[in-house]
Amino acid sequence: MMTKYSSTAAATLPFTGEPDGVTCAEKKARPVAAMLKIAKYVLYDILRNRIVLGYAAFLFASALTFFNLEGDGSKSLMSLLNIVLIVAPLVSVIFSTIHFYNSYEFIELLVAQPVSRRTILGAEYAGVGGALVAAFLFGIGLPVAVFAPDPRGFTLLVVGVLLTLVFVSLAFLAAVLTRDKARGIGLALLLWFCFSILYDGLVLVLLFAFSDYPLEKPTLVLTFLNPVDLSRILMLLQLDVSALMGYTGAVFNEFLGSPMGVALAYGCLALWVLLPMIWAERVFRKKDL
Amino acid sequence: MIAIHNLTKQFGRLRALDGIEAEFSAGQSIALIGPNGSGKTTLLKCLLGMARPDTGSLQFEGADLTRSDAYRASIGYMPQIGRYPDNMRIGQLFDMMRDLRGYPENVDEELLDEFGLKAMFDKPLRALSGGTRQKVSAALAFIFRPSVLILDEPTAGLDPLAAEVLKAKILRERNTDRVIIVTSHILSDLDDISTHVMYLMDGKLQFFKDIETLKTETGETRLGLAIANVMRRHANENQASA
Repeated sequence: MMTKYSSTAAATLPFTGEPDGVTCAEKKARPVAAMLKIAKYVLYDILRNRIVLGYAAFLFASALTFFNLEGDGSKSLMSLLNIVLIVAPLVSVIFSTIHFYNSYEFIELLVAQPVSRRTILGAEYAGVGGALVAAFLFGIGLPVAVFAPDPRGFTLLVVGVLLTLVFVSLAFLAAVLTRDKARGIGLALLLWFCFSILYDGLVLVLLFAFSDYPLEKPTLVLTFLNPVDLSRILMLLQLDVSALMGYTGAVFNEFLGSPMGVALAYGCLALWVLLPMIWAERVFRKKDL
Repeated sequence: MIAIHNLTKQFGRLRALDGIEAEFSAGQSIALIGPNGSGKTTLLKCLLGMARPDTGSLQFEGADLTRSDAYRASIGYMPQIGRYPDNMRIGQLFDMMRDLRGYPENVDEELLDEFGLKAMFDKPLRALSGGTRQKVSAALAFIFRPSVLILDEPTAGLDPLAAEVLKAKILRERNTDRVIIVTSHILSDLDDISTHVMYLMDGKLQFFKDIETLKTETGETRLGLAIANVMRRHANENQASA
């Protein structure tokens, strides 16, 4: 029954499963097409359970309330900012993790089909991220487009969308790292708690402990290491309330006020979306299902 | 068609597969048997790329299958416990599978008809009984006319009538350019549908023989008795060497 195998057999005889004459571009297009197909079913599943619709309605209601109560000035945008910084990441992180665990059957079904793990994870991400971003753009975007169609409103939307995607990425990472649902959700919540609450406290302690030293630059670096802080600063600089932030605020204004600094900040937020997702993909590819 | 070489898979401290060597060629219908926890399902999951082997190689038509996904287009898999998305209906599930493969024309809907699944297309998958679930899994495994059929305990949970329908289907689908791998604990079922027997125990391959050879060697006419005979001999040998 046994035959001899050379270790190079696999390398010299690549099984492509593709008919001859398939171009490189076509090969790349096919996983994307498959990904979108699967994402369609993920999206369909999400729309069925209505949580995302409720989230969109909640955002819409609060945005309308703030604009009606406080007018269309910086004040209402500040209030909205707090919603964007706390609620959007929290809902994104919890919803994505729970959805991932609930999709286990779906994922199991797909891994026995001729699609790659990368395609499956990408489709899940596109479906979940797409739904949450759409909810955000409807709930916050629509009122902002009506009441504050200016650079401030636009910044709020961009920051909110990026922050949503960051926390979907972190949620996926937490979900592929742990097999147990409760632990996965716990880990995801812990990440949210760290970035939204704990981190600021730690930074304050640091600032206090080393208050004898010039801390502007370390603070700047620390801010870049937390997507929530980064988003907050980007928005505050638009609202011209950075004067309230004292000397450190001046440094922020100087650095992040320049086009270079702003580009760097958005680039950093984009990295916060990509890096956890790349890590998650690596774990998922090797995972036993 | 499928070559397995020195395949090892460890789950924590448990060695689920330990240096498996085997080659399945077209035309074979293999009965994969062994006690509970002997590594049967793990072996099938490795073939499907659902579990990633620790060492060794798995080849499908000469190419390493751990690096490819396209080969799964040629595999029909019926899992031991079919788990499906709750929110989907039976019809949507079949539609999605066809959609994923770009709606191939030459599909095999025999089992869909014989199990009467088409009349249940509107039923949500979460509301299905275990047996109906098995029917859905079976129909899905056959629908794209795969060249490799992997059936993990296909008749478990099916009523006698449905089990006979499925067995008849497997017999009809046995042909020279197809490999069928079936695990089951019901040896009399396997007796009718297989040409070869692969026996696993504690993750090790005990033997891989064709059924006729096994029966002549042991002097038995039924697969169950032949296997029992071999097992007894193994036990005696172990005792003698101890």
